[in-house]
Order: sequence, then structure tokens, then C-alpha cells
Amino acid sequence: MYAYDEIDRTLVNERVSEFRDQVKRRLSGELTEDEFKILRLQNGVYLQLHAYMFRVAIPYGTLASNQLRALAHVARKYDRGYGHFTTRQNIQFNWIKLAELPDALADLAEVGIHAMQTSGNNMRNVTSDQWAGVAPGEIEDPRIWSELIRQHTTLHPEFSFLPRKFKIAITASDHDRAAIKIHDIGLRLIKNEKGETGFEVLVGGGLGRTPFIAKTIKHFVHGRDILSYIEAILRVYNQYGRRDNIYKARIKILVHELGIEKFSREVEEEWQHIRNSSLQIDDEVIEDIRSRFAYPSYEKLPHMPDQLRQAAADPDFEAWRKNSVAPHKVQGYSIVTISLKPIGAPPGDATAEQMDALADLADKYSFGEIRVGHEQNLALPHVAQRDLPALWKALDKLGLATPNVNLITDIIACPGLDYCSLANARSIPIAQELTRRFANHELANLIGRLHINISGCINACGHHHVGHIGILGVEKNGEEVYQITIGGRADESAALGNLIGPGVKFDEVADVVEDIVEAYLALRERPEELFMDTVKRLGVEPFKERVYATR
Amino acid sequence: MPLVNGGKIVDDSFVKLAVDTPLPEGGDILVPAERFVGEADALLKRTGKIGVIWPNNRDIAELVPYLGKIAVVALVFPTFRDGRAYSQARLLRERYNYRGDLRATGQILRDQFVFMLRAGFDSFDVKKQADAEAFMQTAKRYSVFYQPTGDGRITALHRRMQLRHSEGVGT
Repeated sequence: MYAYDEIDRTLVNERVSEFRDQVKRRLSGELTEDEFKILRLQNGVYLQLHAYMFRVAIPYGTLASNQLRALAHVARKYDRGYGHFTTRQNIQFNWIKLAELPDALADLAEVGIHAMQTSGNNMRNVTSDQWAGVAPGEIEDPRIWSELIRQHTTLHPEFSFLPRKFKIAITASDHDRAAIKIHDIGLRLIKNEKGETGFEVLVGGGLGRTPFIAKTIKHFVHGRDILSYIEAILRVYNQYGRRDNIYKARIKILVHELGIEKFSREVEEEWQHIRNSSLQIDDEVIEDIRSRFAYPSYEKLPHMPDQLRQAAADPDFEAWRKNSVAPHKVQGYSIVTISLKPIGAPPGDATAEQMDALADLADKYSFGEIRVGHEQNLALPHVAQRDLPALWKALDKLGLATPNVNLITDIIACPGLDYCSLANARSIPIAQELTRRFANHELANLIGRLHINISGCINACGHHHVGHIGILGVEKNGEEVYQITIGGRADESAALGNLIGPGVKFDEVADVVEDIVEAYLALRERPEELFMDTVKRLGVEPFKERVYATR
Repeated sequence: MPLVNGGKIVDDSFVKLAVDTPLPEGGDILVPAERFVGEADALLKRTGKIGVIWPNNRDIAELVPYLGKIAVVALVFPTFRDGRAYSQARLLRERYNYRGDLRATGQILRDQFVFMLRAGFDSFDVKKQADAEAFMQTAKRYSVFYQPTGDGRITALHRRMQLRHSEGVGT
């Protein structure tokens, strides 16, 4: 956990007071909507179909229990009693009133939470691995660097009016849980041969209308140079990124149009000018940030305690444990993923009561810490294995123990036409129907790891391009039509899915997904061959045949 | 459009010339980039001060040979959403050591004053009278800055290092 110091607190408070003044000027008519729009976006406020939507940052997915309680408080006091966790470690409130926003921000500021740059054409919330600091085999905790970059990108005087939004993600594990290859800048923390910390820097990833997997621009940038290197990329982008067409304004298009070699030469030239400036980070600065991350005092505990052995007799507990509990770097502890994907409900939603109760459970079982992942689930990162049975019972009572993490019903979906003014089609009802179709845990378990991603428009907030099965809703002749892709993935082997054929109607989507799954079950060589591997081995064709043979 | 310089609303001594306006005998003039580059020698021989209005899509390095002789560089924000001139401003100040007046012109609104000050601007063609009047108050809105720029404001990282050392931590 990073604890704000007086400096961080002052800045957030100054931001709240500025926004209070801006809202006042908007309400009095002194600011036009056109002028105000950008200001509110820079504070995470969108105007959606029915109301203002408020997006709050959860930098690198780390929350303290008191912060989660503050989010519950905002849900209860200013919204309709729930919040929606997004694919970029943010939480959204969908029914907020403009006049009350400054108060909501002030309440959040008290616990060190802000909504700065959660929208708008600026540097967005820095995201990272939700298992940072606890995953076995991790090189080092990427949150130290995430926090350094969070600070550097906050209210940046040069890069607050970029051609388009700009997203940075960091991972420090071999298995990429932060989806760095679909970010504008992806950073993979590595060590050089001298054992010094640095980063492989990737650039130009992104989804939306024109999806690209990020390319490596530099194989090793030393940690002390990371801010100047990022600044060089941003400066090239700010000057040369396209501003004539919103769909061509992301850095991925600039990288694509110039080619990675030319783009990297431009960046290199700029970097040589600034790398030996005050942007250089010395070890003491890093140590100072590290010193404000609190780490738990773990107990010396045995692996596989008696409580866990006894609970294993309960098949319901075992079903949950197998999907939700992951190894921890410290013996006797586990990382517990909390599914926000109950059968039949919108993915990623949590009620104020659930958030409060989860904060209590975090205090009791996880050193007061909660994590948020891009899959729209939460996690308790430091649970003693002996506490797993008790935690499971408590989660089950709250409706937070659905044993479907990484299974077919663990669906990622954007809000879609139910909330979003950009959407062309509904996403949530598709997700709900799919969870009902695959509600049988035995069946879901038999299918194994399979990620479905749903977006309600080409902007791809549901990351459909990188879903093992991707579903994109579009509008055709006044009707919702869904395009289905298979074979996408967002991890270290990131790939874009391939279209299986013509779009299908709203009512047919779940049937098509069932057909794809049945085809997979028939085609897989053995039960351990995951959906992704079968698609990789056989390509789209056999799935296409199965889906369209009878349509 | 009121001009703010040194934190106060001031009279603008500069007259903006179009590409083809005849050159006045004396007085301070602001000329568009293409005219400046084309007629630089003649313009720099005049008695009045000379300033140039530089578009945000033209390489600012072209100005380097003239920087010692120019009184004002006016960088353009066609809309406040177009942030290219922030990069030009920082390059002028931090890389090319331009010390003359750096003016923001275009859609200049109150809520960008702090960003502009930090990027090195010191005068502002402010769009609205009320914003110009609120300049001083707005400029003081923030006391914490995370990034080092050429404006000399101490950054959060440096302030922390000072605190650490004064407390004897890490020494």
C-alpha cells in the first residue's frame, strides 16, 4: 500500500477545489459546455445516456480497506448503491449529479483517492498486475515504478492536451496480467546482466477501431531513465500525433504510419536531449517511494494447514478454491480472487454493502488490502491458507464466492447500450444470458479456461479483440448485430482474434457461443487442451463450419 | 482580448501584422511565421521590437538563429484542446534557452494558466475579461508539482529529498 504524504494530499485537495470552482462556473453559465467538457473529463466525469458517469482511479489496482469503504460511501450517498469496476482498474458510478461531484471528490480525497485523468486526452490511470508484490517469481514490485509514473503523469504541464488518450501499463512477471501489449506504452520490468532494474518498453498497442499489438521500441531502458524515455515518447506523440481525425489520433496510428524503426529513431533523438536532465531518477527517490509502501508482517505458517485439508472434503469449497485461490510468494499464504461475475448479473458490479463487507474481510484476513484486476474482479492479496475456509463462507454469504474465475462465465463486458452514449448495442444482457447458459459449474469446469469479452461498440472497452471469444456489438439497419471472433488473448502472447463469419442477431449470440464451445469440446485432443490451444492448432475454419452450417 | 503579462492586465504595445500589411515605420510588431522567415533581415533592422507568431505545426528549431533578437514569440492554441504549443514552449525555454517574452495566443482560458506558466509562458492573450482578471488567483491554485520543467518550481520529488535530508533520513 502506498500512503500519501502531505505533498500528495495537498495536490489532490488543490485539484478538488479547482474542480469545485469549475463546476460552479459551469452551473452559473460562465463556462460553456464545450469549455467545461474537457475540464470534467479530466476529472473523470462523462455525460452518459441517462446521467453523468463518474470514473474514479484505483492506481495500479491497489486499495486499502478504508478506501474501499469510501467508494461504498460514494455509491450509497451520491449514487444508487453500487459501483462498476472497469477493465482499467477504475470504478465507475453511473448516476451521479453534477452539483454533488465536488463533494464526492472531497470525500474520496480524504482517503487518498482521486479521479484525475480517468478520461480525456491525457495520460490515464497507470495500471499494473493486480498480484503485484505477492506473485511468486515476480522480479520486483512494479507498483513502486507505477507510483513514480503516476506522480509524473499527474497534471503534466506538457501532456495534458494530447491528440488522444494515453494509457500506460506495467508488469514484472513472466505471465502478463496487466495486458501491457494492448497499451499505448507497455513496460515489462526486467533486470540487466548487472542485476539493475530496467524496462523493456513497448509502444503503440491498443484496441478500438484499428487494433494493434504493441511493438518493442527498446529492449532495455534503465530504471533511472524511465521518466525521460516516457517523456521522449510523449513529446514525439504530442507534436506529430494526428489531430485531424479522432479515429487516427492514438499513438498506435503514428507508430504504424511512421513504422517502428522511424518512430524509435525520433524518440531516441529526443531522448538523448533529455536523458541527463532532472528527469533522471536516483536510487534515493525510488527508496523514498518504496518507503511509503507498507508491506504486511507475514507469519511463519505451514503450507497446507489442517483447516485446508479438512475443508477439502467439501466439494463446494474445493470448486471455489481451485478457481479462485492462487499461490502466494510467502509460504502458508494465498491470493484470493473475488469473482464479481455472479450468474445472471452485470459483470464487474459491486454493491455498497458488498464493498463494505469486503473491506471488513480484508481487515480480518488480508492485512487491510484489496486489489482490482483488469478482468473486473477483485482480489485479497494476503490470505493465510488456514483462513480460506472461513473466508469462503463469508464471501458466499455476500454473493462473492461464485466459483468461476477464469471460466467461461467470468466475462469481461463494457456497460454497452444500457448506459453508454457511444454504444451501438447492448453488452450486459448478452453477458447475463451467457452466464445463465453456462451456469452449471460442472460444464464450465469441463470447458476450462475460456475468456469471453464483449464490447457494445467499436471503441472496444470490453476488449473484444483479445477475448478468447470476442463479441462486438454494432448497429446495422437499426438493428443490433454481433460480430464474433475467436483466438484473441491479452497476456504475454497477446493476439487479436479472427472473425468467424457474418454477424448474428442479439437473440442468436448465446447459441453461437454454445456452438463454438461444443465444437471445441468435440475437437480438443485431450481435456487439458485449452480452448485457445485448440483454436491455435486448428484455426477458425472448423468453428466457422460448425456455427454457420445450420444458419 | 486582454493581455496579461507579469500577472497583470497590460496594454499590448505590439501591433499584429498580416502577411501582406505594409510595414509601419516604427513601433512594435508581431508578424506571422512565414513573413518573419521570408523577411527576417529587413524586419530585424527596424527600430521597433519584433515578435513572431509561430504556428503549432511548424518546427520551432527554425527560430533558433533569431532567438536573441526577438522580443516576443507567440505560440498558438487554435483551441485549448490542442496541446502542441506546450511542447514548443518547453523546447524554446529549456533546450534553446529563449529568454524573451513567450506569449500564449488563441483560445486562452483560465483553466490552462497553470499548465502554461509551467511550460514557460509569461504572457497571455486571454479570451475572456473575467479570466484575465482572475489570473493571479488562478496562478496560485497549485502549490505542488510533480514534474520538473524549466520554470524553476521545486518538484515534489525534490521537496521530499530535502525533507529526508533535513530529518537525517537516508544519510
